Amino acid sequence: MEKKNKASDLQTHTGVEVMRCYQCGKCTAGCVLASDMNYPPSYLMRLLQTGTKQNYDKILSSNSIWLCLNCENCVGRCPMEIDIPKMMDYLRTQAIKENKLHPDSRPIISFHRSFLDSIKYTGRLYEMGLIAAFKARTFRLTQDLTLAPGMYLKGKLHLLPEKIKDRRSMKRIFAQTIENVKIEN
Amino acid sequence: MKIGFYPGCSLTGSSREYNESVVAVAKALDIELVEIKDWNCCGATAAHSMNEELSLSLPARIMALAEEQGLTEIVVPCAACYNRLKVTQHELENDNKRARVKEILQLQYKGNLNIINVLQLLEAYGAENIKAKVTQPFAHKVACYYGCLLVRPQSILKFDRVEDPQSMDSLIKVIGGNTLDWAFKTECCGGGFSVSRTDLVAKLSGNILKDASDRGAEAIIVACPMCQSNLDMRRGAINKTLQVPSNIPVIYITQAIGLALGIGAKELGLKRHFVTVEL
Repeated sequence: MEKKNKASDLQTHTGVEVMRCYQCGKCTAGCVLASDMNYPPSYLMRLLQTGTKQNYDKILSSNSIWLCLNCENCVGRCPMEIDIPKMMDYLRTQAIKENKLHPDSRPIISFHRSFLDSIKYTGRLYEMGLIAAFKARTFRLTQDLTLAPGMYLKGKLHLLPEKIKDRRSMKRIFAQTIENVKIEN
Repeated sequence: MKIGFYPGCSLTGSSREYNESVVAVAKALDIELVEIKDWNCCGATAAHSMNEELSLSLPARIMALAEEQGLTEIVVPCAACYNRLKVTQHELENDNKRARVKEILQLQYKGNLNIINVLQLLEAYGAENIKAKVTQPFAHKVACYYGCLLVRPQSILKFDRVEDPQSMDSLIKVIGGNTLDWAFKTECCGGGFSVSRTDLVAKLSGNILKDASDRGAEAIIVACPMCQSNLDMRRGAINKTLQVPSNIPVIYITQAIGLALGIGAKELGLKRHFVTVEL
């Protein structure tokens, strides 16, 4: 029964039918980070096809879903046009929900959260704030210490954030989407 | 010619020179850019990696505001923003998703905005018209680097050839340059991992730079702030991965065209790069 559930959940949310993959391996051949992943894309498709909870959990707790850059090379070359990047987005949100996170996900999630915080409060990305928040989240205090002053001198960093007028709309969007997830479950 | 304009966050900060060169070239070509009022961030990779509804709502607000302002066509120079807006517009053709997003935004959204990138804007303006205004031919051999987000997914963007795009190459030829055939035109530079996984960006961008360098490129031409900042600002980390360090500059297509139109290096933001530009 588990078999059906995992594949059909994925299909309901993304439209991806994992059984259409016939393992040609073009996605893996074109994936720029395949060699850094626990399971390269075609291998991940095969694991999904088995439909077992054990294999599904392997995927959620792998680094593959976090290292995927959504460069879209795989779907561009897939003879069956299987939307692997869209599937990756879904698998990432599931991994967060189920708290099955590979250690490689930490800096990446910290970056995303720092990025989104900036948008939530100001409506636009505040790069100086993003870097500071990322450092605080990851304790990478010395990273890019030389880059930031260079950026500032070249006029690439604002000292203060740019704020949109209708910041309430941002609060509403966040409250009804990403902050609403916990209530739904 | 008058067109709506969505600059996006990068163009107000780390990629100011892209904005400066877009504005300068538009002015030289008598294209009036009308900025979308009170625009917000498109959400970029962070939003679609973390929450689908958020990733649709942020670009939808931008498009709704543009529609409200009476704009029918907008140009989006940042390849990442361009991609997010186009993909969102496509996703919102689904009735359920559109209804949900309208409920979140509490704004009208028709979804009929024509969204184009900078290469399309320049193409629409006309190669012959640009050629007529060239005062200092851009006589350089360059590698045109498109990256991912300008061309993929092709089924949605429907722009240029997906494996060997030509639009930027054509524009470079119009202003008097030569373009290289090379292997990394649409390979990923590492995108949004610049801060979180600089090591991977150095590796991927290193492969790109090495191929351009081996083939004798004098510059790499881009139309994406993430490609530019990874290849330029991360040059120190990139060069550590290369046997032969490279000092090839990475400039925007609008900077190359600006130079050919006789616009000054400072006005085009060419002094803001980390790798010195001497073209």
